[in-house]
Amino acid sequence: MSTRIDPEISPDAGLAAADQAVLEIEDVDIVYRTSGGPLHTVRDVSLRIARGESYGLVGESGSGKTTLARGAVRFLPSNGSVTKGRVRLSGTDLLGASQNEMRKLWGARIGMVHQDPSAAVNPAMRVGNQLDEMGRTHLGMSKAQARVKSLEMLNRVGMPDPEAVVERYAHQLSGGMLQRVLIASALTTDPELLIMDEPTTALDVTTEAVILDLVQELLGSVRHAVLFITHNLGVVARVCDTVGVMYAGEVVEEGPVKTVFKQPLHPYTVGLLGAVPRLTAGKADLELVAIPGFIPRPDALPPGCIFAPRCPMVIDECRAARPQLVDVGPGQRSSCIRWVDVPEEAERPRPVRDTSGESFSGYGRELLEVRDLKKYFKGRGAGKGRSAAVKAVDGISARVTEGFTLGIVGESGCGKTTFIRCVSGLEEPTAGEVLLQGNKLAPSVTDRPYDALKKIQMVFQNPDVSLNPQRTVGDIIARPVQQLGAVPKAEVPQRVAELLQAVHLPQAYAARLPQELSGGEKQRVAIARAFAAEPALVICDEPISSLDVSVQASLLNLLAELQRSAGTSYVFVSHDLAAVRHISDWIAVVYLGRLWEVGPTARIFEPPLHPYTEALLSAIPIADPEIERERVRLTGSVPSAVNIPSGCRFHTRCPRKIGDICEREEPPWRDGKKDHSICCHIPLAELAASQRHALDGMYGSADAVGSAAPAPADTGVGDAEGSSTGSDTGAEVGPDTGAEAGSGRGGS
Amino acid sequence: MDQEQPPPITKPSRFKRAADVWGRVRRHPPTVIGLAIVVFFLLMAVFGPVIAPYKFSDQIATARLQGPSWEHWFGTDQFGRDVMSRLLWGARDIFLVAGFGTALAVLAGATLGLISGYAGRWVDEGVMRFLDVLLSLPPLLLAMVLLGSVGPSRFNIIIVVGVLYVPMVARVVRSVVLDIKTREFVEAAKLRGERGSYIMSREILPNALPALAVESSMRFSYAIFLVASLGFLGLGVQPPAPDWGLMVNEARSWFDQAPWMLFFPAGAIAFLIVGVGFLSDGMRRILWPTGVSE
Repeated sequence: MSTRIDPEISPDAGLAAADQAVLEIEDVDIVYRTSGGPLHTVRDVSLRIARGESYGLVGESGSGKTTLARGAVRFLPSNGSVTKGRVRLSGTDLLGASQNEMRKLWGARIGMVHQDPSAAVNPAMRVGNQLDEMGRTHLGMSKAQARVKSLEMLNRVGMPDPEAVVERYAHQLSGGMLQRVLIASALTTDPELLIMDEPTTALDVTTEAVILDLVQELLGSVRHAVLFITHNLGVVARVCDTVGVMYAGEVVEEGPVKTVFKQPLHPYTVGLLGAVPRLTAGKADLELVAIPGFIPRPDALPPGCIFAPRCPMVIDECRAARPQLVDVGPGQRSSCIRWVDVPEEAERPRPVRDTSGESFSGYGRELLEVRDLKKYFKGRGAGKGRSAAVKAVDGISARVTEGFTLGIVGESGCGKTTFIRCVSGLEEPTAGEVLLQGNKLAPSVTDRPYDALKKIQMVFQNPDVSLNPQRTVGDIIARPVQQLGAVPKAEVPQRVAELLQAVHLPQAYAARLPQELSGGEKQRVAIARAFAAEPALVICDEPISSLDVSVQASLLNLLAELQRSAGTSYVFVSHDLAAVRHISDWIAVVYLGRLWEVGPTARIFEPPLHPYTEALLSAIPIADPEIERERVRLTGSVPSAVNIPSGCRFHTRCPRKIGDICEREEPPWRDGKKDHSICCHIPLAELAASQRHALDGMYGSADAVGSAAPAPADTGVGDAEGSSTGSDTGAEVGPDTGAEAGSGRGGS
Repeated sequence: MDQEQPPPITKPSRFKRAADVWGRVRRHPPTVIGLAIVVFFLLMAVFGPVIAPYKFSDQIATARLQGPSWEHWFGTDQFGRDVMSRLLWGARDIFLVAGFGTALAVLAGATLGLISGYAGRWVDEGVMRFLDVLLSLPPLLLAMVLLGSVGPSRFNIIIVVGVLYVPMVARVVRSVVLDIKTREFVEAAKLRGERGSYIMSREILPNALPALAVESSMRFSYAIFLVASLGFLGLGVQPPAPDWGLMVNEARSWFDQAPWMLFFPAGAIAFLIVGVGFLSDGMRRILWPTGVSE
């Protein structure tokens, strides 16, 4: 740190050497000064990214990935600093550079793309002007030159109609388009190092897939080195060459993506991979392997190996001394002293669901029926005269049988949350009815009798706001026990204790406040609260999407376990098809307020598929770099629910659109095998034939690689605006999901 | 930063939390100064009449309009009354009147804001438009009209301060309630069939308390100023009561001969308001730490 090196040492000096390191991080420690003393957030990390290499940094939240990346380029908050080690960017010492020199490097030689695109763009400035700043500040261009450059960059990131986009403001662009703008901005100066910090986490699955395609394509063509930070192993498998797994501020394993995913040699990597729900595993098959416990705080690290307290293969030596990263294979390094034994341990058969404890035997009785539910929100101030209604839910029917799970999937904005809020009574539906065990329910929750309330409970998406921060965990669980459970007052503590045990939380937690719990623990409390009065139906609104991978796995396991012991039915809403597959018996696919495909879980994952389901499936990044899938991509974003496209609502984005009929007529429901129905103009046999080949790759066979893709039809995003709301008679009723109760359930 | 820190193993005790709050107060000098000033004046309000060397109405005919001296630290006025004694006696009044006035405004305002925000629709419209009418009138003018019609007395001033500040408190509470009522723990309460009164008092109100506390302390500093202004205008407590505003008013006509008569009461008002202001800002930092950088 003391030697100051002239930052002008030519970065081009070693261009000839193909694997010249662009970013070298050596033994770096990063410390935050806090009121509770210094926090050693990153310790002894070394890594090296070569020209043209894309390095993926993965780990749970709190593992120090972002801190490391920001620390390396001196982009830390004022209380953070790099206290040890060396960082070089193509030979330039970054830690010795002055603030002024760094300011010139940021933007010019170091590009950054952040997580939330809407927060990274100034909402009061036209996108083009913002983009021009890069060229004007760092490349010394004139206003006109900069604009030319900006348009060129927007073209390069595949932005449709760049001339129009530069004149718009941030709120006029979708999240995916904004992220393209930011990538274009970061690439304007052709930086040597591009840091992408969770660039797709804030986006929808379908948008994520498109952005990842773009990133992958850019990586193939440029000479940048890329540091890609993500918690999603599937994303790493898609876009990275090398992967570094971080845990509690240290890199525990590193190596080429293909090698590490094929044969991870650190138990933490094994755990992360095991916690990801697979598209191939269904509800009855396997239990997800959750990593127990949580990341230690940087000021309370265990002695020896930092992963030891959570490690399934820990031995006494692990706790004795801190292990170092050692070479374990070509390019692969692991810090586990038992790395030799890791493959054997990972091969151990995954736990099969223990079904001996199943006590519930009432499967099959009908619990909930929703008939042609509609919810229109009054539009405000849009247009003159009578403002148009937002048709959030436009005729959805569904059935749930006792002890089963109905999964509802779709992109954000498709109406799935509004649907379940109407079922629970938090919103009053505009039309349609909700029947519980054959009895019609009042539309509003305030008019429903206790008896009905007791039977339907909800688990919400964000545990940070679903628990009252002022009440203790014990109070939070006790209240519904008293209110709905008809339990004598003296027995309430006993019941609270049982519930805490059921969600695997220690009894002592009853005295804690929510802020003293981690995200996963909070969600367990929320689940305990939902189960307090022994409900018949629990509606889960994206219950795991705000949580870490390893925590997601343990919550999915918990939900499945509770369902088996209590026979509770679930309506499980998520945008994550893999998670939905893991927990659901029946799946309904929603788009623009309607159902498009319904059926038993297994049927939803094999042809024939609705083209929308196909696109959703194809969009999921899979944590296996060996799998190459044919890509079905959706262009544009979900059309506004005010101006719903005519005919088939999906025609504006459908990659399999067959012609005018899609724009004119509402598609018919076509019944497939075993209660499986699809709403599409294309006959099922035809759909199946064109999809079978494409989907082979998803389940591991590499046959599909390089086969001719059915060329996606020109989808014409612009059509959305041109088409009128058209024939909306509301007569179309989706078929009943879960009809013929339970016949689809596998043999468990 | 996307860091999620695992929870501490033990639940912090009340004592530790208090210590934690004090720790944060201590690191912000303006808060400490504000706290010191307010405590000083509070002690004055409690013990003033005991330690004052003279009674507030004692007239010493031989010592009129005398400057500060060992005998009379803050000098004497035109009737030969000891200015410091009058200040010490008057502190209690200003605290009581401004304090009760604020308390009334907070109680009524919080109730209105809570109901209005939670009920929404026409209740909200009705309550808020009515409060808008109150807000649109110049406060001092409204106070003068009200006091002019009912006559000045301690009780009436308290009522007037309360009425004047109800709209401000109600608006603040309402905006916080609008935010909290959409949180999912409120929806969970609805799903288990809780009554509106339970949701308002047990689920929403505790979470609105920090905002309410900050607003109350701000209102208190405004109320002090309002009470002093009313005293100055002769609409407050009547002579010979040692009202600070009244003292400032009386001192005006003697300013060229006895400026100390003006400086000390005016200074006391200013100090107290600044002190409460600092304290209120400090409370905001501690209770609402988001967005405030150290």
